[in-house]
Amino acid sequence: MLSSGRTHLRSHRGVNALIPLLLLAAFSLAPLVYANHAVIFQMMAFMVLAQGVNLLYGFTGYLPFGYVGFFGIGAYGMGIGIELFHLPGLAALLVGALFAVVIALILSPLLRLSGAYFAISSLAASEVLYNIVANPALTHITNGPYGESLVQSYHPLTSYVAMVVLLVLTTVLVIVIKNTPFGRALLAIREDPVSAEMAGIAVVRTRTTVWILSALIGGLTGAIFGWHLSVFYPSTVFDLSISILAIVFTLFGGGGTAIGPILGSVVLYGLYNAIGISAPQYFELIYGLLIVLLVLFLPGGVVSLLQRRGSYVP
Amino acid sequence: MLEYSIVAGILFGVFFGFMALGLNLIFGVMQVVNLAHGDFVVLGGYLAVIAYSAGHINPVVSLVGAFVLFFVIAFALYFPVIPRLTRSKDPEMLSLILFFGLSQIIEALDVIGFGNNPRSLPLAIMGAAPWHFLGQSYQMAWVITAIVSLVMIGATYLFLYYTRIGYAARAIMGSREEAAASGLPVAQTSAIIFGVGIGLAAMAGVLSPFMIGSVDPSTGLGLTTIAFAIVVIGSLGNPLGSVLGGLVYGVSVMLMQTYFSSWSDLVPYLLLLIIVLAKPSGLLGKGVRNA
Repeated sequence: MLSSGRTHLRSHRGVNALIPLLLLAAFSLAPLVYANHAVIFQMMAFMVLAQGVNLLYGFTGYLPFGYVGFFGIGAYGMGIGIELFHLPGLAALLVGALFAVVIALILSPLLRLSGAYFAISSLAASEVLYNIVANPALTHITNGPYGESLVQSYHPLTSYVAMVVLLVLTTVLVIVIKNTPFGRALLAIREDPVSAEMAGIAVVRTRTTVWILSALIGGLTGAIFGWHLSVFYPSTVFDLSISILAIVFTLFGGGGTAIGPILGSVVLYGLYNAIGISAPQYFELIYGLLIVLLVLFLPGGVVSLLQRRGSYVP
Repeated sequence: MLEYSIVAGILFGVFFGFMALGLNLIFGVMQVVNLAHGDFVVLGGYLAVIAYSAGHINPVVSLVGAFVLFFVIAFALYFPVIPRLTRSKDPEMLSLILFFGLSQIIEALDVIGFGNNPRSLPLAIMGAAPWHFLGQSYQMAWVITAIVSLVMIGATYLFLYYTRIGYAARAIMGSREEAAASGLPVAQTSAIIFGVGIGLAAMAGVLSPFMIGSVDPSTGLGLTTIAFAIVVIGSLGNPLGSVLGGLVYGVSVMLMQTYFSSWSDLVPYLLLLIIVLAKPSGLLGKGVRNA
């Protein structure tokens, strides 16, 4: 298994290496040709979030409706790092990441649940986080419902670069996981945890590792997002539609691949920008219909069209 | 204040137990979590508001109309969707995602059809005089809602325990394969239960403007989470479990609102997390987990 994994990675090394390089090139050059930098930045943020959801849902089958909890807590960790500890931006990012990892450790018992129980409980957990952060009782730490203002550390260029780096690293991580024994252990657990355990896979440890990685990605995205925005409220960074969009992008492209979430984010976020901002209800209607049609006719996402023909999908 | 919180908690609890009943039935029989449950409740609410404002139809009359209309809609929705799902590789997860898509569709259509503004019904249509009990007074609309909810829960109980379809439904809850092997009409029964479940959700929706103040398109997901918490607190497939879950929820919310009001929004979510981690089979559960 180990050796076949290595050869697998080697035989498709070209394609696999191309994806992060293309992303790096595209998002380094995009601000030069497209003036609306906020759109490019948000598209990257959603791409990273979709990869985070993909890591969890695509590889383990756990659907995190409450994924936005990590995003929000990352943004608030960033805010606390700057406002309370007076750290510079990059160091405060680490506080955001740390917060997300700690929350993931606290919530790791949720992994004992499966299917709908996990999905809805993770939603409940993110609502609990939101209500705690937004509570007027915590105004001295989080500024409660009045939001964070990080204008003194506002660095649009640094935070943009940080997001590009995070996107590239996350994509590399997903490709590496997909092509190594760790990724196949995850797939084995997804298909049948009992058999996986009997085959000698440390189910609980493997699952918890990927849960924490996914939380770290969500937390870092939130932290960089909060930094770039520099003024945000609990209701913006804990907005459930962030999880929802990240999940829809992943499902549309196809989970369990590196290219699926990227494809989903480009196509659907592009669509969102075309119609979603002026008439969000029509966009919601379209992606609602898309979800229903995908589940009924194309549960593997768009990339499964290629997989069905036997092509290798990175 | 304590008496008020407990009595109001019971009135609300009975209503929320009724609101969760349809989710419980569908989950029990089809292993499908209807994430659009709350959106059907909201649609019921819109039906009541529009019937009242356009035709001065009393919500008690709308109840019947809502049940019939949504039973028919759901029955028609069943055949193109659910059998296809149950044949697929991962029915539980795919159905969760599919109904999530449906909930987004309904929410979008609500915004397109009725706008984003919250809509409500005047409490006075159910009688202006308050109900006095143990020195406190309560809205008459709450009392009537609680009574209607109790009647409907009772009717559902009788339906499940004393009719042939009810027998079949409970057999399918126990084991789908064995029910099919014994020659029970699994598909038809499931379709009827699907219709009844969504019909009950819409009925609860007709009463919901009295209990939650108003309905707007985004209310649905929160209601679904509350309903799911209530179903898990009680136990799957047992209508009495829904009542128990509703009461636990209603009384906890009211007590929190009285004593720690800024934290009361946390109640349904914390209750859900505590129960799924401590006793996932629910308070009346028999130690078997179905999902």
